[in-house]
Amino acid sequence: MMRRVLAVWHARNLEFVRDRASFGWSIFMPLGLVFGLAIIFSGEGSDEFQVAVLVSDATAEVDESVHPFLETRFVEFLPVSEGDDVLEDVARHQLDMLVEFGDEVRYWINEESPKGYLAERLLLQTDAAAMKQVVTGNAVRYVDWLVPGILGMNMMFSSLFGVGYVVVRYRKNGFLKRLRATPLNALEFIIAQILSRLILIMATTSLVFLSVKYILDITMEGSYLTLALVALLGGSSLVSLSLLVAARVSSEELAGGLLNMLSWPMMLLSGVFFSLEGSGEWLQSIARLLPLTQLLEAARLVMIDGAGIGVIWPQLAALAGMTVTFLVLGSALFRWRFA
Amino acid sequence: MAWRRRGGVTASWPYNSAPVSTSNYILEARNLVKQYPAVTAVDNVSFGISSRQCFGLLGPNGAGKTTTVEIMEGVLPPTSGAVFFRGGPIGREFRAEAGIQFQSTALQDFLTVSETLKLFQQLYRRNEDLERLIEECALTELVDRDTRKLSGGQRQRLLLALALVNDPTVLFLDEPTTGLDPQARRNFWHLLERIKDRDTTIILTTHYMEEAYVLCDEIAIMDRGHIIAQGSPESLLKSHYDDVILQIPTTDFPGALHDIPHKILETQELVEIATADVNETIKRLTDHHVPLNHLRIRPRNLEDLFLELTGKELRA
Repeated sequence: MMRRVLAVWHARNLEFVRDRASFGWSIFMPLGLVFGLAIIFSGEGSDEFQVAVLVSDATAEVDESVHPFLETRFVEFLPVSEGDDVLEDVARHQLDMLVEFGDEVRYWINEESPKGYLAERLLLQTDAAAMKQVVTGNAVRYVDWLVPGILGMNMMFSSLFGVGYVVVRYRKNGFLKRLRATPLNALEFIIAQILSRLILIMATTSLVFLSVKYILDITMEGSYLTLALVALLGGSSLVSLSLLVAARVSSEELAGGLLNMLSWPMMLLSGVFFSLEGSGEWLQSIARLLPLTQLLEAARLVMIDGAGIGVIWPQLAALAGMTVTFLVLGSALFRWRFA
Repeated sequence: MAWRRRGGVTASWPYNSAPVSTSNYILEARNLVKQYPAVTAVDNVSFGISSRQCFGLLGPNGAGKTTTVEIMEGVLPPTSGAVFFRGGPIGREFRAEAGIQFQSTALQDFLTVSETLKLFQQLYRRNEDLERLIEECALTELVDRDTRKLSGGQRQRLLLALALVNDPTVLFLDEPTTGLDPQARRNFWHLLERIKDRDTTIILTTHYMEEAYVLCDEIAIMDRGHIIAQGSPESLLKSHYDDVILQIPTTDFPGALHDIPHKILETQELVEIATADVNETIKRLTDHHVPLNHLRIRPRNLEDLFLELTGKELRA
């Protein structure tokens, strides 16, 4: 079995590397994309101050009549409830301040945050008796949060379109039919395709990651090995998903439509450019069914929070489960012939 | 798993236990039917192929020969019927022993001739010596060439070499010389003659009667999904004909002679007269002062037989 897998894998690698246009595109496109988007989004985002307000019902609007500070213009007040990880966001400068209006007014800031300092001044002007609490932590810039999203998005496109289209082309031009006439089986063919694309994805993603790491100095709190494991499992699940889509399709147009139908929801719901934290629970539940969501959650936990395998095992397990499911279904449904 | 079921051509076999054949054929098709929504491509076709035989399947486009062969190759499941290899249903082991040259096929882009051969060789446990194969298929000068840059004849030789990489027991060749010029076709025939000497069983489909006549020990003529004649080329011709064909240029042939009691086929350039008594016919022509300077006599051939059986030109 291994001999056949390696033969098909080797041939696919040769085909890809010698196709200079595709090979060059695979290297330079993600590099250009990451740097371009990093430059575009490298600002602090909103000019407004963002202040979280601790309330009993976080789904309701913040009641301005509770305290004069809440009437301040150019401050966005976000209702949050106990248990939310708001202090972590304050520590990372992602929120400027957290305020609780009870019998006494309490607020939390990171003293290293410039916007936190200004938000504090605004609060103290309306209530000099407010009690200060301090949290600490390094600032996480938007670009730190964005880079895993861009890398994940590039992995998704490379996996879905780089594998799905190739298999459909092989089926359409009869190459799969020729392979069918040999002892090679569907699982062996699929494993060879997955391995070939995974190596490419890992190589390009590593190259882009290291370039971005040293040029933009993005945050990397966790272990590189753990991050590589996340990328490997994430890539496997995405390539397997692509092979499942391409298992029976004989038309490039249909394959393109199906792959777009998968990639766009992942682009919008998996947290590539923005977090879904504030969205409905049902939407977040749907998003968690997508491999890219699991991949990005795990990558950000490793890169920003320094999480280890003990923390991200649910995401790793989900990615492994998806990989196996897509692989088994893809092999079972695989069709060699052009219908 | 489903991909295995799809590959097994006995999927539609109606019995619970695996069917077997007690015949002495190395490969046998029994009651093959392939039904598509609008057409029955293969309609209850049965035949057997003996070991070391070159078996030709002839017919016009759409006759069902490629469908029949693909069912026998195990790449297309039949609607019903079964194919047996050495008496048992065909499966993955059969694919290991079969070599196949499809009518049209694509190869992996950006690979050279030698890399393509190595790729296919590594898919099999049993391997032919590549050096020998390359030499035998006249590919020595082409080993480092990108497969996309081969001429028609070179490509056909490569596809044949790919079909031979596992030193197959059974070799399927589906119209291997279609599109080749006469010289390349004849070179290909010489190549096949050498392969026949290896005791390989060959199943050949072709449009070309001369090809079948030169290469095949037995032929089956298909039309509209049925086999309409089967036997050795000689025996088929003998059983259908006891006459020969006299050919005369149309310009030499007087209109008054059209009432002679023989079959006459007239084209723009030639008149063909089928006769069992050559002397009597020549005497009649002489009596009518037909010049015999350009008279030619030819024996009946497979093309005549096909035309007679189906009423169609073979090279449709």
